[in-house]
Amino acid sequence: MMELARKYFWRALFVVIMAVGAYATFLRFWGGLGASTNLSDQFPWGIWIGFDVLCGVGLAAGGFTLAATVHIFNIRSYRPVVRPAILTAFLGYLLVVVALMYDLGHPYRIWHPIIMWNPRSVMFEVGWCVTLYTTVLFLEFLPVVLEKLKWRTALKVMKAVTLPIIIAGVILSTLHQSSLGSLFLIMPNRLHPLWWTPLLPVLFFLSAVATGLAMTIFESWHSSKAFGRQLEYGLVCRMTRVLAVLTAVYLTMRFLDLSHRGALASLNQPGIERWMFGLEIVLMAVPMLMFFREKTRQHPLAVYLGVVMWLLGFVTNRMNVSVTGLERSAGVHYFPKWSEIAVTLAIIAAGFAIFRLAAHYLPVFEEEHEEEKALPAGPGRVPTLEEVRVQGD
Amino acid sequence: MARALLFDSTLCIGCRECERACSEGKHLPYDEKIAQEEKTSAHKLTAVRTYGERFSRKLCMHCLDPACASVCPVAALQKTAAGPVVYLPERCMGCRYCMVSCVFGVPTYEWHSRLPYVRKCDLCADRAPKKEPTRCAEACPTGATTFGDREELIAEAKKRIAEKPDGYYPGIYGIEEAGGTSVLILSAVPFDQIGYPVNVEKVALPQYTWAALKHVPDVVVMGTVLLGGIHWLTHRKEEVARKEGRP
Ligand code: SF4
Ligand code: SF4
Repeated sequence: MMELARKYFWRALFVVIMAVGAYATFLRFWGGLGASTNLSDQFPWGIWIGFDVLCGVGLAAGGFTLAATVHIFNIRSYRPVVRPAILTAFLGYLLVVVALMYDLGHPYRIWHPIIMWNPRSVMFEVGWCVTLYTTVLFLEFLPVVLEKLKWRTALKVMKAVTLPIIIAGVILSTLHQSSLGSLFLIMPNRLHPLWWTPLLPVLFFLSAVATGLAMTIFESWHSSKAFGRQLEYGLVCRMTRVLAVLTAVYLTMRFLDLSHRGALASLNQPGIERWMFGLEIVLMAVPMLMFFREKTRQHPLAVYLGVVMWLLGFVTNRMNVSVTGLERSAGVHYFPKWSEIAVTLAIIAAGFAIFRLAAHYLPVFEEEHEEEKALPAGPGRVPTLEEVRVQGD
Repeated sequence: MARALLFDSTLCIGCRECERACSEGKHLPYDEKIAQEEKTSAHKLTAVRTYGERFSRKLCMHCLDPACASVCPVAALQKTAAGPVVYLPERCMGCRYCMVSCVFGVPTYEWHSRLPYVRKCDLCADRAPKKEPTRCAEACPTGATTFGDREELIAEAKKRIAEKPDGYYPGIYGIEEAGGTSVLILSAVPFDQIGYPVNVEKVALPQYTWAALKHVPDVVVMGTVLLGGIHWLTHRKEEVARKEGRP
């Protein structure tokens, strides 16, 4: 009974979100950006850039992080999560492109950077990297489809070119994940000192790698719940450890940079900035401390909550860079219009739905057929999520 | 010889003839109500602003190395040799990065258009190469706005300050701001008192971006070598095993 009610609740919610999103879409393309957003000459970028693009690309970083872990560093135990991560990344990038179409004044000119060059522009570089990387992700995901179709020859060809594709993917990701930070380098005086730093590209890259892991854990949880799959809980634990270390490195770099630039003094200034900065740091530091503790790592629910908190911290950071940190110099306060939020929600909902469909019909959560079958069963086996959850309760 | 514009705010009487001439020349509507709007927008490319007894003009500064032109992914904004920073609407895809990047907050957008374009002053790019004055300079009845060669205008501005040291704030806005601009401004009071931002960097802004972007080729080359190398190292064991015929 509860199950059924739950199922219908989510379906109804999905329909509502999509319907409102459709109306907002009409408003956007019929009435223009003025009718559908709270953007202005003083504040030309809103959540479609700050959330949909900046966060979207970051949250899809799992694709390259895990591809590198497994295929380059050859850490095999991560194999079970590579495919879901690549699928999320592929969907993520497609959705980012969709979001961009809403934001661009002339969406049908999205291809212009391909023939109209300006190599001095970060946006130009990001455009190229994202285009190429989406192609790479498609190629990385292709074997899954080929397996389903049982096209052996094509599969063999793909296997042969895996390495160059993976390397290209990791490099392209490194470039554009960091470049999303470089976008803001041009405004040293207008972006608040708590966020503007020459290190923006490095910080964006580091936090994107960590987000890639966090998203993978997040998905593992959801897919194991939704599809009744038994994910290796030991693997999840290992990932939280890595996440904790990455966060420690990131936060250390963040604070060293702030103190070297003397920016910490601006925490004395009244205003929204210091609170948003505090929120961003707390949302990352608390999960980090949690993950360093053995106790938390043994408790799936705690791990899950920690990861959600971490992801919120990441989103807060990106929103701070693109919105909070720019309000003071712009002299205006920006809050998204309902239609901006509606479009964003619809895009997220569509992402969830497509992921579920793909995961249902394609061998996403299965190992590649030939080689290495999962980890050996028996005494050395790590408990699955389900087992640990039962023990933990 | 790059052309430039000198605005001597001490001579401005706030008659708004420059605004009118600009709007007429660009086929934009202009009436009493629009004259009251003291800010630039998609339908008002230059604006006279009132600060008590004083007036100042807002218009594109036509930076020597413009942030807007450097960030535009499709090179829809370009600095021309004659001085003006021009906009090529047929290239623009509407990302609005130019608006975000301009320290002077100049580019504006046609928010209510279904297919909007960026609007900003273009220093009458149709006239500048022919050395004709801009429409605003031509219309100015007091000589507050003048047009000419940048070096000569700087010399002229320095002369005015030297001749009347009491009447001027000692400094020319636009010599160093954002690495130098093609619009130069004189004032009787510190520039922030008549609406010009003074915390603007004294260097060309694109160099901040370039400091990061210039590493891209190196990242590609080093990355390939590094990742290829790591792959080779980490897959050594299996290779050996395969050679020896072990599973
Ligand atoms: S003032 Fe702004 S719009 Fe004008 S050239 Fe400089 S950066 Fe571009
Ligand atoms: S809005 Fe147009 S002119 Fe401005 S940066 Fe984007 S593409 Fe270039």
